[in-house]
Formats: sequence, C-alpha cells, structure tokens
Amino acid sequence: MSAMDAAQLDEAMTRLAAGGTRVLSRAVSLVENGEPRGLDLLERVYATAPHPWVIGFTGVGGAGKSTLLPRMAAHFAARGEYVAILAVDPSSPITGGAVLGDRIRSTEAPDERIYFRSLATRGGTGGLATCIADVVRLMSAAGRRIVLVETVGAGQSEVAIRDVAHATVVVTAPGLGDEVQAMKAGILEIGTVLAVNKADLPGADEAANTLQHVMALAPGAGHMTEGLNEARDGHPARWFPPVLKVCARSGAGMEALIARLEEHRAFQERSGEYARRNLARDRARMDERLRSLLMERALARARATGVWQTVERRLQAGETDPMRAAREIADAIPIQ
Amino acid sequence: MSETTAGRPIRVVVTKVGLDGHDRGVKVIAQALRDAGMEVVYAGLRRTPEEIARIVLEEDADVLGLSILSGAVVPLTRRTREALDAQGLEDVLLVVGGIVPVESRTELDKLGVKGIFGPGSSLAEIIGYIRDNVPKERAL
Ligand code: B12
Ligand SMILES: Nc1nc2c(ncn2[C@@H]2O[C@H](COP(=O)(O)OP(=O)(O)OP(=O)(O)O)[C@@H](O)[C@H]2O)c(=O)[nH]1
Ligand SMILES: [Mg+2]
Repeated sequence: MSAMDAAQLDEAMTRLAAGGTRVLSRAVSLVENGEPRGLDLLERVYATAPHPWVIGFTGVGGAGKSTLLPRMAAHFAARGEYVAILAVDPSSPITGGAVLGDRIRSTEAPDERIYFRSLATRGGTGGLATCIADVVRLMSAAGRRIVLVETVGAGQSEVAIRDVAHATVVVTAPGLGDEVQAMKAGILEIGTVLAVNKADLPGADEAANTLQHVMALAPGAGHMTEGLNEARDGHPARWFPPVLKVCARSGAGMEALIARLEEHRAFQERSGEYARRNLARDRARMDERLRSLLMERALARARATGVWQTVERRLQAGETDPMRAAREIADAIPIQ
Repeated sequence: MSETTAGRPIRVVVTKVGLDGHDRGVKVIAQALRDAGMEVVYAGLRRTPEEIARIVLEEDADVLGLSILSGAVVPLTRRTREALDAQGLEDVLLVVGGIVPVESRTELDKLGVKGIFGPGSSLAEIIGYIRDNVPKERAL
C-alpha cells in the first residue's frame, strides 16, 4: 500500500531534483518521522540517487565543528558545488525534546547551494539520528552530492559516523586539553584528518605538534608521511592522517583541508574502499528494510489466520508465557 | 511529548531579529519548549528577516518564536512575516515575546500575530498556546 500515488511521487521527485528547498525540508521530516509517505519517497530516492560523498565531523564540544562546517560548505559552494550540512544534537530521553543549537555559529548569508538541517538523535545510538543514512541519500536526490555531518561529538559517535561517512575529520582546538583524551578514546585511529581549529589562538602550534607526536607513536606509523603513502616494501598504499591547522572563524586553512579530503577520496576510490563502504551501507539498508517488510507480512499473516489472536488469548488466560507464545506464533507462520 | 496531530514532535525555531542583545528570555523559552517535548532550533542573535525565513524553511519548522526587547517589535515582526510569506511559509505559526507595548499589540494583531508574551508570561501558557495553534497536517 502506497501513501502517495505515482503522479504525486513523480511530482515530488521532480521538485526535489530541481533543487526545491521546501520539498526537501518536508521530505526530511517525513523520513525522520517514519511516515508512510517518507517510505514511498525513499523507494524512489534509493532507485535514482547515487551515494553522495559524506564527510563526518567529530570532536569534543566547543572545538568549533559548527563553525567549521558552514565555512567549509561556503568554500565548496564557491566552486559551484551543492552541499548539505546535517547537524545532530541529542534528544532528551525523558521528554523527547531537544535544543538544536548548531546553527548559532553559521553567519553565512543564505545561499541556495547550501542546505543546513538540524536533526535530533530521537533515540539513535552513537550520537547520530537513526534516519541519518536515509537523510544523507535524500540530499543526493536533491542534487547535493557533498554531505557534511556534525555528530554530537561525545562517546561513541566517532565509531558510528564510520557507518555513514567516507571520511572523518576529528576537530580539536588549543586549550581543550583533549589530545590525551583523544589518544585514550582511540579517536585518532578513525580520523582521516586531524584538524586543529582556532589557529588564530595562541597554543595552536603546540596542540598541532603534540598531535603529530602522538600520531608518530601509533602502531605502524614508522616511516609513514602525512597523507597518502604509495605502496612500497611489500606494504599496500596507505593513508596516514595529516594534522592540519585551520581557523573556522576566518576560513584560513579551509582549502588545504578540502584538498586533503579530496586526496583521501581519490585514494579510497583507487583502492576500492569507497565502493566497499557504499556497498556495506546498501547491504545494511537492504537488511533493515527486509526485516521490517518480513515483520509486517508475518504479523499480517498471523492475524489473518487467527493464530495471533488465539495465542494472545491464551497469554491473557495465563495458559502460556510470552517467550513460548512468540515461538508458537512464529512456528505457525509458514516460510516457503 | 509535544506532538502535532500527525504524531511528530513540534519543531520550533527561536531567534532574535535585529540588533538586540537581550538573550535571557529567548534562552529560557528554548529550554522550556524543549522540556515540553518540542524540537527547538535555537538560531542565535542578530538575524535578518531573510536569514530567519531561510532557517525556518530549511528546518521545516511549524512555529517561529521571535524574542524582541529592542523597542522595534512592530517593524521587525512585520518584516519577518513578509520574509516568511515570500518563501511560501504563510502557514508557520508566529509567536512573539519580549517587550511589547500595548499600542504595539493592536499593530501585531493586524499582522495576524495573536501569540504575544511579555515579561512575566507563564511558560505553561506559552506551551499551551503553541500546542493549540500549531498548524495541522502540511502538504509536501
Ligand atoms: C537584563 C537586561 C539587560 C542586560 C541583558 C543581558 C542579556 N544577555 O540578556 C543588559 C545589561 C546587557 C542590557 C542592556 C541593554 N538594555 Co536592557 N534590560 C534588561 C532587563 C532589566 C531584563 C531583561 C531580562 O533579561 N529579563 C528576564 C527574561 C527571562 O525575561 P524576558 O526577556 O522578558 O522574557 C520573558 C518574556 O518576555 C517572554 N519572552 C521573551 N522572549 C520570548 C520569545 C518567545 C518566542 C516567547 C513565546 C516568549 C518570549 O518569555 C520570557 C519568560 O517569561 C530589561 C527590563 C525588564 N524588566 O524587562 C531591560 C530592557 C529590556 N533593556 C532596555 C535597554 C534600553 C537596554 C540598552 C539599550 C541600554 C540600557 N538602557 O541599558 C542595552 C542594549 C543591549 C543590547 N545589545 O541590545 C530596555 C528596552 C526598552 C524598550 N524595549 O523599549 C528595557 C525594557 C529596560 C527599560 N525599561 O528601559 N539589558
Ligand atoms: N578564536 C576562534 N574561535 C572559534 C573558531 N571556531 C570556533 N570558535 C569558537 O568556539 C566556540 C565553539 O564553537 P562551535 O562551533 O559551537 O563548537 P562545536 O564543536 O560545534 O561545539 P558543540 O556543538 O557544543 O560540540 C564558539 O564560541 C566559536 O565562536 C576559530 O577558528 N577561532
Ligand atoms: Mg556544534
């Protein structure tokens, strides 16, 4: 059963592809809310839109992520690229409410080429919203082939971001004293680039030097240079995370950061890693969709045959227990 | 949870327009609405009406809350309403708080702004007003 007919879907997809902001905003909400119309749209989106290039940003609070993303987006936009920024903040587990405050930092004038959306985690684990992969793909259907994602930046988000991003920028800043913390959390291992933000502040050089020293001590770091290391001595080509000083406030270092990320992307494309990640995402999405389709069908079947009602009555009467009841229903549903 | 009839959390953008640095009230409101189960995009200070309209559009907000203590509440609200309308956001519920002199209330009323909350407004009243007046189902 579809919530939208083919003509409505055609129209929505056309408006999306034409860059309509309103239709994109509404589509994000439909997807986020798990509405039937959102699912209808997603079927079209996945059928037509390629994976966009996804760059994740993580790092402790106050490092400057929310300042950096719009600045980077503006640099991409200046080259004529269409970009999306997705900024995730936590929902309160008790009220479900959230304050989404990442837009405060964006002082760029409105620009059609940049779409900024704040998302609440709504129970998603690892500091990301559950719907993030779908929203990312939706951005591509709207012609935005570069997606920058700001995670909540605490706890496991560093790991979860790997499931959606091709590259991860770990953002830090002088005075936050998180170099050691980062080492403990293993955060450096997942970074594509380590960005020391607030290069305008004293202490930026020291922070960058400390990070470089920490990196040089990492296992296998010997003889590697920052960035791409071509295959040699029996080792395949490898990427060694460069440490870059940037200033989100002034934009200094932004082109260098983008250049590093592009270099990394080219390396991933050459090595097949880029395609592997995309495939892993497609597989995970396929399984998730399969699970919900099978569940829907199985439950409908169990209700139509009356098995569900019979077992549920016995549960009410105290004649069975929840574990046995579930098994009884599952066993009664034929799987050809 | 504060949900619309469609069963999703109410999304609100709260911000300040013009050169007005009084930000205590807007922060109190942002937290109160969050505690009422709404998703609140806090967009900070010194926004232009055009920026605000773009933010409301991108965030698919049901409600825009303006906090104005500068004395220019009528012109700033009018310009913001116009900027929203220019983006096709006529259905967004506009509520205004801060310093709103009595004469200004009738002016705002003419602009279709009914939700006006000055100093000492109860948070329960504000939350109730938003819940009761949030737009219902919206088209794609
Ligand atoms: C604290 C204060 C300041 C602080 C601000 C600190 C800060 N970061 O916010 C400082 C000292 C910096 C300051 C400076 C100035 N201030 Co002053 N300030 C005040 C004061 C005393 C209290 C404001 C306050 O914080 N109240 C507490 C909060 C919680 O209440 P609130 O903002 O009213 O919010 C409530 C409601 O209004 C409503 N609400 C507010 N916003 C929103 C939004 C939505 C969506 C909703 C639904 C509801 C809502 O709900 C809130 C909770 O009930 C007021 C006088 C007063 N009693 O209001 C003057 C006042 C606002 N300031 C005034 C003036 C003139 C100034 C200055 C220009 C110079 C001066 N004379 O001091 C500067 C300008 C600063 C600037 N850059 O804009 C005037 C404004 C005159 C006018 N509008 O006609 C006032 C009214 C004082 C007066 N009687 O003259 N000020
Ligand atoms: N001096 C200086 N300050 C900066 C720079 N970039 C960001 N800041 C400031 O650092 C503070 C935090 O910036 P945000 O962008 O909100 O940091 P964040 O990492 O997004 O923080 P969370 O969302 O709380 O995790 C703000 O006061 C910014 O203005 C910079 O390049 N130089
Ligand atoms: Mg942030």
